[in-house]
Amino acid sequence: MELQAVLMAAGGGSRMMDLTYNTPKPLLPVGNKPLIWYPLNLLERVGFEEVIVITTKEVQKMISTDPKVKLDVKMKLDLVCIQEDADMGTADALRHIQQKVKTDVLVVSCDLITDAALHEVVDLFRAHNATLSMLMSKAHEFTETVPGQKGKKKTGEQRDFVGVDGTGKRLLFMANEADLDEGVVIRKSIMRKHPRMHIKTGLVDAHLYCLKKSVVDFLADNKSISSIRGELVPYLVRKQFSKSTNSPKVIDETHQNLKKNDSNVNLEIQISSRDEELLHLTQERSCWNDHRGDMSDAYHGGRLRCYVHIMDEGICYRVNTLAAYIEANRLAPKLFDEPAVHPSAVVSERCLIGADSIIGASCQISDKTSIKRSTIGVSTTVREKVKVTNSIIMHGVTIEEGCNIQGSVICSNAVIGRGADIKYCLVGSAQRIEPDGEHTTMSKACSA
Amino acid sequence: SGLGMFSTIICGFLSPLVVKRLPEHVQVDDPAVVKRLAKKLERQQIPLRSDYGYKVSLFSHLHQYSRKAPLTQLLSIPSTVIHPSIVRLGLQYSQGIVAGSNARSVALLHAFKQVIRDYTTPPNEELSRDLVNKLKPYISFLNQCRPLSASMGNAIKYIKKEISNIPSQCKEEEAKTKLLKCIDRYIEEKIVLAAKAISKYAIEKISDGDVILVYGCSSLVNHILCEAFEKSRKFRVIVVDSRPRLEGREALRRLVQRGISCTYVLISALSYILPEVSKVFLGAHALLANGYVMSRVGTSQIALVARTFNVPVLVCCETYKFCERVQTDSFVSNELDDPDDLMVTRKGKTQLENWQDVSSLGLLNLVYDVTPPDFVDLVITDLGMIPCTSVPVVLRVKNLDQ
Repeated sequence: MELQAVLMAAGGGSRMMDLTYNTPKPLLPVGNKPLIWYPLNLLERVGFEEVIVITTKEVQKMISTDPKVKLDVKMKLDLVCIQEDADMGTADALRHIQQKVKTDVLVVSCDLITDAALHEVVDLFRAHNATLSMLMSKAHEFTETVPGQKGKKKTGEQRDFVGVDGTGKRLLFMANEADLDEGVVIRKSIMRKHPRMHIKTGLVDAHLYCLKKSVVDFLADNKSISSIRGELVPYLVRKQFSKSTNSPKVIDETHQNLKKNDSNVNLEIQISSRDEELLHLTQERSCWNDHRGDMSDAYHGGRLRCYVHIMDEGICYRVNTLAAYIEANRLAPKLFDEPAVHPSAVVSERCLIGADSIIGASCQISDKTSIKRSTIGVSTTVREKVKVTNSIIMHGVTIEEGCNIQGSVICSNAVIGRGADIKYCLVGSAQRIEPDGEHTTMSKACSA
Repeated sequence: SGLGMFSTIICGFLSPLVVKRLPEHVQVDDPAVVKRLAKKLERQQIPLRSDYGYKVSLFSHLHQYSRKAPLTQLLSIPSTVIHPSIVRLGLQYSQGIVAGSNARSVALLHAFKQVIRDYTTPPNEELSRDLVNKLKPYISFLNQCRPLSASMGNAIKYIKKEISNIPSQCKEEEAKTKLLKCIDRYIEEKIVLAAKAISKYAIEKISDGDVILVYGCSSLVNHILCEAFEKSRKFRVIVVDSRPRLEGREALRRLVQRGISCTYVLISALSYILPEVSKVFLGAHALLANGYVMSRVGTSQIALVARTFNVPVLVCCETYKFCERVQTDSFVSNELDDPDDLMVTRKGKTQLENWQDVSSLGLLNLVYDVTPPDFVDLVITDLGMIPCTSVPVVLRVKNLDQ
């Protein structure tokens, strides 16, 4: 077996609490499909036959009981539950399933929506025998107004500094602004090996990683690392250039230490492979080098290598903020081929449904309604003379007559009283908007 | 097609005259052959890699692939039909990470070792037959990633023979260990020890004060020069390089790293520096049965100009690269590399960027050429130093051994 897929679906969605306090993030509807469907569909399309899904008990229960949550995938899903309050990071979760991991892993986050060609990432992992290979994308500006926020909110997010070499594939440097106190510090050893480095800041990390099995084993012995993105990846990128990885002595120690069960087992010891001699012979005889200008062998003799594939075009979103959620809903229909209006929806003759709207199953859309650039969830009732523009209506919502909803997000099972006028609002789960109410740019959600 | 004029006659020196069918990879302009190949790949569940770009008419019978369209985009992730180490190998071939006849053979045998380790005989099957059948789709896959070299072909023949010779009562573990040992022995004998033997002979030919010309990056020639330098011979090296591969830079790095003084020129300056040269050492990709040397494109030019200047040309080649094919020109059987490699970007401008739009323009990136034996003075092999025309004798002796 070449790769095992691991889907991380235990995250809380802490940056969009208004949406996730009632619905767990993996099950938020995007284009009327649960968010977790998108990475599962991506994995299925490229050819995976089974996936290990790490999630919470709540999500597992909802997947198995709730008829509205239909995952619709043919792959075998191995659900591993972790406690919600265990505060497990992604690396902790990977450590938790170490026994199930038999080969190299492909870790995906449940909030990734992308049409990327996965083979680009995996080919880097294969061809260069890399320890880590990841996917990133050029960040696109979010154009839609976010409901519940007055004005354009300044992105409080800290920038990521990503340093790549001349080819744009080898990952040389990765740090988050939060970790850099005085400025970007780059070690001389890196500059000596790679004098030309391109540092990029406007990139989105897709949180899709190909990791060698030895990294998972390494995590089992190093319990201090708890997040893949925050700690493991920067550690691996730094380790590429550390002196100990490149010393020839390591090869001898490897054979001695393989049997030892050191608590301080180093990563380098574990990345050696059988037939090391033959690989060395091949590299010696091959007339290829990944860099030129100095006297070093290919890869500077380093055995730990990290690669990144940066997408220029195409869709790549991490749905972890409200703005991303709305943007994703706009673009989701482009990712699958199903008809915009579900066949089981009852849509009256005299209503106007725009071409870029999606109507979910078992909906009831009454006369004289106008639905433009919106998503209507499953089993939602829309009565007469309602105007819905640029909005996301989740499942089981009732919208009474004469309402006007613009640029808003209405969560599941909410009821909008007749004649209400809602602009750029976020209405939480099971909330009621009183009839004739006029609300602009507010967020009405129940405080948990 | 060009094939009518330049047809190859393949005759076995040992067996009665048998006219074999032309191999499929040199009949790409024949739709019937292409269809047959597509059907065979479909049966083996290997995707078909499509040709790229306009092909110059004289070479339209050969495949031309683009590096930007790897075969892996048509394969599933994780790969189930093809063993992961073979997928990795195919990628490394097509991206040029493993390049050079010896490197490709060693990498191939290494991958086969992984395949044999992970192999389990299905019930009611014999290892000697089933394993060979398992290897066939892998070989088709590798062939699509990059056409197989002569050395790889010989290595595959050897392995298939060893596998078929496994007695049926042999237990699986025993058989696997035996095969792994065979592969190790093959590499040790044919590549590592052969290099040592060739160095020994070649060093006799290097005298103090020599100026040696080498072309491109041949692992064997580099090894010889490094060994000679260790044995305190005093010489200097002129490295000749050519575009688009510019492999000479890597050869230059390896020689200078050892302390050998080198000069670096491009092949266009060949006739200017040849008056300084006392010997030419060339590596080979394969030695053909009629004494022709198949090597990197440009080698025949080097040999021709050296002959004109009366400089001795010595070709170094291990015996496992000897091939029963016969070729008299570089057209019939060659490899077409990615034409986009010929595009150069200087100061942000790529002049040939839209070469496909110009209807009368074709880009040709040949990989190999053949050098006639008249230009080669000596071939240094692990069996000794022989003239070019003695290759069929070596082949006959080898076949008798087997």
